[in-house]
Amino acid sequence: MEPILVVDGIEKSFGGLRVTDKVGFDVYPGELKAIIGPNGAGKTTLFNLLSGHLSPDAGRIRFLGREIAGMRTQDIVALGMGRAFQITSIFQEETVLDNIRVACLSKLNQTRIFLRPTRSHKRATDKTFQILESLKLEKFAYRPAFELAHGDQKLLDIGIALALEPKLLLLDEPTSGMSPEERVLTRELIRELWAQFNLALLFIEHDMDTVFGLAQKVLVLQQGAVLVEGTPEEIQNNPQVVTAYLGEEL
Amino acid sequence: MDPQFLLIQATSGFTMAMILFLVASGLTLLFGVVNVFNFAHGSFYMIGAYLAYTCVSVLGFNFWASLVLAGLGAGVFGMLMESIFLRRIYGRAEEAGFQILLTYSFILIIDDLVKLVWGTEYKSISRPPGFSGAVELFGVLVPTYNLAIIALGLIVAVAAWLLLSRTRAGRIARATAIDREMLSTLGVNVPLTLTVVFGVATALGGLAGALAAPLRSVTPGAGIEVIIDSLIVVVLGGMGNFWGAFLGAIILGEVNAFAVAFVADWASLFSFIVMIVVLIFKPQGLFSPAKVRKA
Amino acid sequence: MDFKREFKTLVPALVGFLFFAVLPAVRTSDYQLTIASNTIIWALFAMSFNMLFGMTGMLSFGQALYFGLGGYFVGLLVCHLGAGWFVPAVFLGVLGAGALSLIVGPMVLRLTGVYFTILTLAFAQLGWGIVVKWYDFTNGDDGIQGIIPPGVLGNKVTYYYFCFFLVSLSLWLLWRISLSPFGLILRCVRQNPDRVRFLGRRVKRNQLRIYVLSSMFTALAGALMAGVDNSVSTEMWHWTTSGEVILMCILGGIGQFYGPFAGAVLMILIEDMVGARTEMWSMVIGIIMLVMVLAFPKGVVGEFANLAARLTKKSGGMEVGLGTNTRS
Repeated sequence: MEPILVVDGIEKSFGGLRVTDKVGFDVYPGELKAIIGPNGAGKTTLFNLLSGHLSPDAGRIRFLGREIAGMRTQDIVALGMGRAFQITSIFQEETVLDNIRVACLSKLNQTRIFLRPTRSHKRATDKTFQILESLKLEKFAYRPAFELAHGDQKLLDIGIALALEPKLLLLDEPTSGMSPEERVLTRELIRELWAQFNLALLFIEHDMDTVFGLAQKVLVLQQGAVLVEGTPEEIQNNPQVVTAYLGEEL
Repeated sequence: MDPQFLLIQATSGFTMAMILFLVASGLTLLFGVVNVFNFAHGSFYMIGAYLAYTCVSVLGFNFWASLVLAGLGAGVFGMLMESIFLRRIYGRAEEAGFQILLTYSFILIIDDLVKLVWGTEYKSISRPPGFSGAVELFGVLVPTYNLAIIALGLIVAVAAWLLLSRTRAGRIARATAIDREMLSTLGVNVPLTLTVVFGVATALGGLAGALAAPLRSVTPGAGIEVIIDSLIVVVLGGMGNFWGAFLGAIILGEVNAFAVAFVADWASLFSFIVMIVVLIFKPQGLFSPAKVRKA
Repeated sequence: MDFKREFKTLVPALVGFLFFAVLPAVRTSDYQLTIASNTIIWALFAMSFNMLFGMTGMLSFGQALYFGLGGYFVGLLVCHLGAGWFVPAVFLGVLGAGALSLIVGPMVLRLTGVYFTILTLAFAQLGWGIVVKWYDFTNGDDGIQGIIPPGVLGNKVTYYYFCFFLVSLSLWLLWRISLSPFGLILRCVRQNPDRVRFLGRRVKRNQLRIYVLSSMFTALAGALMAGVDNSVSTEMWHWTTSGEVILMCILGGIGQFYGPFAGAVLMILIEDMVGARTEMWSMVIGIIMLVMVLAFPKGVVGEFANLAARLTKKSGGMEVGLGTNTRS
C-alpha cells in the first residue's frame, strides 16, 4: 500500500534556531499515528509545515502523490488535508449548525451562492446533521458556538475539519484542557470518527493515556528531530525515549 | 532648471518635513508602543497651535516658553483623553475598530471645542524676535525661522529616540507593546506607562502645531489636514518605525514642496498619490514596520 | 428554528416597509416627505456599508467615494446631456462604482486592519481632492445645482416612490445575501479568517466581492440623493460623509441586520431636531459616537435585543446550564 503522506528531510529555522531538523516519516491510509515530544520539540511547527501555514526551508512533503511543500493552505485543504487546532478555531458567533455547514458548503464549492438562503441547501444541511450526530452535538445545533463548553468547542473544531472530507486529519492536542473523564470520552469519540470517516489520523498529544490508548504508531520528536518511531509497546520500552522524554514526566 | 530655485523648494520641503515628523513620530510611537491608533492626533497639533497663539498673542509670553507650554498643554490634554476614555476600550474585542471610531469622535468634539474657545477666525502668530529675517545659504535666502524649525526638529527627534532606546523608561514603554501582562507581574504600573506615553506623543503633536503656527495661520479644521498627511508619513515609513517616519516625512515634505512649485493647483493630491503608489508596491511601507512580537 | 430566526427579522422589515409605503398619504407637509426620502436613502447607504463593516469586519473610512461618485454621475450627466439622462445616469453610476471598486478594491485589500482603513480614507480623499480641484468639469466647491428628475419623477411624491422602490429592492437583495452561503462566509471571514482559509476559501476574494457589491449599493444611494436635493456637492465625497455613515451603523447596531436602518432613522431625526438649532453639530455627533462606543457598542437595536433576551430568559427559566459538558 502506498503512503498518503511522505515527509522527507524537512527543515525549518527561525532566526538561526532550527525548530525542524531533517524530519521524515510516512502516513498510510487509515493509519492512526501520534506525535509526542517534550515542549519545544517542534510538534506544532511540524503541523504548520504540513498544512501550509509555513513552508519548509528544505526537504519534501508529498501528499497523495503531489508535492505540497510551500503550497498555499487553501490548496492543500482542497487536496484533502484537514486540521483541528490546538487553540480552538471555530466561528464563535455562528450557530453550531452553521459552523459545520459553512465547511460543508465550502466542500461543495457553494459559498459563492448569494441569493438562496443557507437553510435551503439540503445536501449541505443533511451532511451537517450527520456530522453533528457523529459528534453528539446535534442538540446544540442552534446555539451560538461560544456557548458551548470547552470540550465541545474542540469537538466542533474537529467537526469543521471532518466536513471537508479529509483523507488525512491533523489534530493538535485534541484533549488539552480536558478533565480525565472528558479525555476518555474524547478518545473513544476520536476512535469512532476515525473508523466512521475512514481517515488517516495524525495527532499531537501530551496525555500519554490517550497516546498509548489510541495510536497504532508513535513518532517521538526531540529538539526538532525524529528521535524514534514505533508501535506504542516499542516506544514505552525504548530506553532512549524513557530517558529523553518519559523520564521527566513519569 | 535653476539650482537656486530647487534649493529654496528643498529647504521649504525640509521645514515642512520636520513639522510633519514631529506629528508623525507621536502617531507612530502610539501605534508601535501603546498599540493605539490615534485618529485624533492632528487635533493635538491644532490644540498646540492655538495654545501657542494664546500664550504669544494674548498673554504676551516669550515665544520659546510658549512653545513649551503649548506642548505641555497638548500633552496634558492627551493624558486626560487616554485615562478618561481610551483606557476603557483596551482589550475589547475588535479593539482596533473601536479605537478608530473613538478617536474619530475626539476629532469632531475637539474641532467644535476649539471653535467655542477661540472662535472661527484665522489666527496668526508673528515669528519670534531674532528669527524674522533670512540668511544667505549657497546663494539663496533662507528664512532663519525655517532653519530654527529644522534644528529643533532634529534635536527633538534625536532626544525622543534616545529616550526611547537608551533609558529604562523607554525600554519599559517599548516592552508594553510586547507583553503588558508580563510587565505588570514585574511590578510596572502599565496603565500609568501607557498614559505617559500618550502624553509624550500628544505633546510632540502640540509642539509641532505651535512651531508651525507662525508659518501657517491657525484655523479650526487644521487638525484634519495634518492627520491625513501624518498618516501618510507613518504608512510610508512603516507603522511603528521611528526613523521610518523621519524618512517618510522628508519624502512627503519634499514631494509636496516641489508639487506646489510645479503643479500648484493639484499639489494637495500628490500626498495621496505617493502613498497609493508606495502601498501598491510595498504594502508594509518603504521601511519595515517595527517588529512587535506577541508572546 | 432557521425559519423562526428569519421570521423575527421579517416582522420589523414589514412594519418599516408599510410605514414608509403609506407615509406620503398620511404626511402633513412636504418637508416630512423630504425627511423620509433622506432617511430611506441614508438607510440604504448605511445598510450596504454594514455589509462591509458589521458583517465582514472591514472598517472602510472611504465609502464617501462611491456615494459621491453615484451623485456626480447623475449631476454631471444631467448637467451636460440633459434631464433625460437622469434615470440612465443612476444605473450608470452604479456600474461606474462597480468598475471603480474593482480597481480600488484589490489595492486597499492588500492591507488589513488599521492600514486598510487609512488606505480607503486616502483613496476617498483623493477622489474628493480631484472633484474639488477639477473646477472646469465638476464645478469644484460650487457643486452642481438644478438636477431635476425628468417627467413624472419631477413630482416629489413619485420621486419618493421611485426611491422607495429601488431602496426596498436593494434592501431585499442585501437581506437575501445576509442569509446566503456567501453571507455566512463573510461573517466567518470577520470572526476567523485563518479558519476560512482552512476551509479552502479565499479570504481576499470574498472581501473584494462584498466591497464591490457594497460600493455599488452605496453609489445607488448617492445617485438617488441627487434627485432629492436637486443638487450635488463636494461634501458627498468628504470623509465626514464616511464618518456619518459609520456613526449610523454604530448608533443602530452593527451586529443586527436592521441596526443601520434604525441608526439612519435616529440620526436624521436627531439632525432635524438638534442640527438646525446648534452651530455645534459636529460636537453633537462626536458625543453620540463617544457614548455609543464606550457604553453601548452593540447599538440601540443590539442593546434592545440583549435586554429582550435577558427578560425572556428570566421568565422562561428553561435555559440549560451552560459550561457543563453534557456530552455523553
